[in-house]
Amino acid sequence: MPDFVFSGDEAIARGAIDSGVSAAFAYPGTPSTEIMEFLQAHWDEYKATLSDEERAFVVAQWCSNEKTAYEAALGVSFVGRRAMVSMKHVGLNVAMDPFINSALVKINGGLVIVVADDPGMFSSQNEQDSRILADFAHIPCFEPSDQQEAYAMVRDAFAYSEIHEIPVLLRITTRLAHARAQIQVSPGMAPRALKKCSDPTAWTLMPGFARPRWRLLLKKYERFRADGEELAKLELRDKALGVITCGIGLKYYLENEDDWAALHGDKRPSHLHIDRYPLGRDKIQDLSNYVSKILVIEEGYPYIEREIVGTFDAPLPVLGKLSGDLSLSGELTADSVRLALGLAPLEALAASSIELPSRPPQFCQGCPHGDSFNALKAALQDEAEFLTTSDIGCYALAALPPYNAVESCVDMGASIGMARGASCVGQKNAVAVIGDSTFYHSGMTNLLDAVAHRSKLTLLILDNSTTGMTGAQPTISPGSRMKTLIEGLGVEAAHIRELEAHRKSHDINVAAIREELTYDGVSVIILKRECLEYLKKVRQQ
Amino acid sequence: MNYNIILAGVGGQGGLSVSVLIANAALTAGFQVKQSEVHGMSQRGGEVVAHLRIADYEIQSPTIPKGAADLILAFEPLEALRYLPWLSASRGMVVSSLTPIRNFSAYPDTAEVVAEIKNLPNYRILDAETIARQAGNVKAANICLLGAAADLLPLKADSLRKQIELYFSAKGEAMVMANLKAFDEGRNKYGA
Repeated sequence: MPDFVFSGDEAIARGAIDSGVSAAFAYPGTPSTEIMEFLQAHWDEYKATLSDEERAFVVAQWCSNEKTAYEAALGVSFVGRRAMVSMKHVGLNVAMDPFINSALVKINGGLVIVVADDPGMFSSQNEQDSRILADFAHIPCFEPSDQQEAYAMVRDAFAYSEIHEIPVLLRITTRLAHARAQIQVSPGMAPRALKKCSDPTAWTLMPGFARPRWRLLLKKYERFRADGEELAKLELRDKALGVITCGIGLKYYLENEDDWAALHGDKRPSHLHIDRYPLGRDKIQDLSNYVSKILVIEEGYPYIEREIVGTFDAPLPVLGKLSGDLSLSGELTADSVRLALGLAPLEALAASSIELPSRPPQFCQGCPHGDSFNALKAALQDEAEFLTTSDIGCYALAALPPYNAVESCVDMGASIGMARGASCVGQKNAVAVIGDSTFYHSGMTNLLDAVAHRSKLTLLILDNSTTGMTGAQPTISPGSRMKTLIEGLGVEAAHIRELEAHRKSHDINVAAIREELTYDGVSVIILKRECLEYLKKVRQQ
Repeated sequence: MNYNIILAGVGGQGGLSVSVLIANAALTAGFQVKQSEVHGMSQRGGEVVAHLRIADYEIQSPTIPKGAADLILAFEPLEALRYLPWLSASRGMVVSSLTPIRNFSAYPDTAEVVAEIKNLPNYRILDAETIARQAGNVKAANICLLGAAADLLPLKADSLRKQIELYFSAKGEAMVMANLKAFDEGRNKYGA
């Protein structure tokens, strides 16, 4: 098979296709988006390899949110076929309910969950580490260190999922997701046959059925631990230092290993590489008995480090993020690992002597959001009291100069709930600003709460026909149905305004927002105009 | 052999395209390649940086360690300065566009930025935008800069020309010609 140059995301998508996946579901989120984009771009090619009757029953779909994506994947597994669901780390929070409970059901067709963590917060609101959530759910977690492993692990994960009747979480991080390297692929597999699970009580988590499933899971979890232990690679070499790596930490370590050896008479540190969780204990214990110091190199939280500190027979220094030898925040780099290994930095040019302010991200030239925020600011100009909550999307950039137009960005859909809560307890002029995709994802239920309780709230939906921030993926519902949808949720028709998000409509828009601010109930103002990135993409197609 | 390149610019300048072009040429020449870039919010008119590593052995880190870059190819002068600590003290070279993108208020004085580049031990600075405009398309400034760095790369100029043809062929003959011309003009200026 020839080499391909794939990003980690693309390698994973290709791995799913070569595993005979029947269904893939996702909601866009950096750095996981390109998994579904690759699947969709290559889906026709994949279908062409399938028999006529199979071809109608393979899907790669964007979904409303990560929870709906996950639940659809569960259904696929129930009927015996392979499913993959992919998301960014905070997407797993949205899918937490099906995620945790799916550990208890009897997985039939393989179920692989790909979660892309974002240490360094390149495009996220936090640095949460999905390995901990896998442990919380008692779900095995596989962690590749490069693109080739990512490809192979998808195939292994499907097989493991079916053998042990358990979902498998594949955890990647931003650098792996978005870096490209050559990989070799193996021959593809055919999709599994449709065969419903013959034991529905194993999928019916009422207490009586769930209790034995939980006891079984606790037993299985020790098996997962033993399997991970077996695959961990331990090399006992120099006694001065033992290095534990996982994920991409391995690559940062290997980048520096030769230089360490050059300083230590050609000896190399003892080394344990872990690529599966739950964490095995024996090899860590073997390493600790052999060396006089351990360094843990892991991307994300100090998860392994926290598990092992203080657990050894004899006192043993453990260096890592808790000890301060690596930073608790941000991503690892070859440089930070180099210092933690006790190596001097490479000789580099000095930083510039003039101050280099960072270049803030901003709206594209002519972006409809800019016009919407100009209208909002003008409408609120003479108000002494107001609150503007916002949400996850490009429009959160309005929190920065020159707009300074919104005051929050917390999680998908929070703008509406927060504005409603604040309004309930006396905040005047509570305005929520949300994009169309985020509204479909998690805004609609908040709006339903507002309608049910007759909250005084003005909601601006910035409808640009796309999921813009992640590169213009289609939204789950067309903008043409937005008004009907909102009416269906119970907002009075007279207080649903559809306006054009454009400079030339500025005065009309300002007047409409002002009018709705005076209304003692729920108002929704839909500001419509297509995203420029979306238009560019449409033109290219 | 290993050669490490930092490609630095602002969203929309085509820095990632140049990275793909060089990577394809390197693969064709039988080298191993690792390329790292960042997507998402940081792309919106903000800084865009890609790391490209070429070697004749297995490359480990997807990003370039500080002090290990051979070349900063900068599509904007301020962005060139941002990555100086990645540049090797002994062999590092900056190839930069002269034209600033002043899309934020705290941008330093342009003359100061250019002077800072001209203080470096090894630099090439050129008005890639004007050269590209004269070659037929101002957007080819990125390819002009690639031309100005062409002799530094462990690749033949012809293999880069070939990749330019392949890359732009979908966009029509005029686009291919403008980019090839911009590349050659860049080479004439520095990278011949």
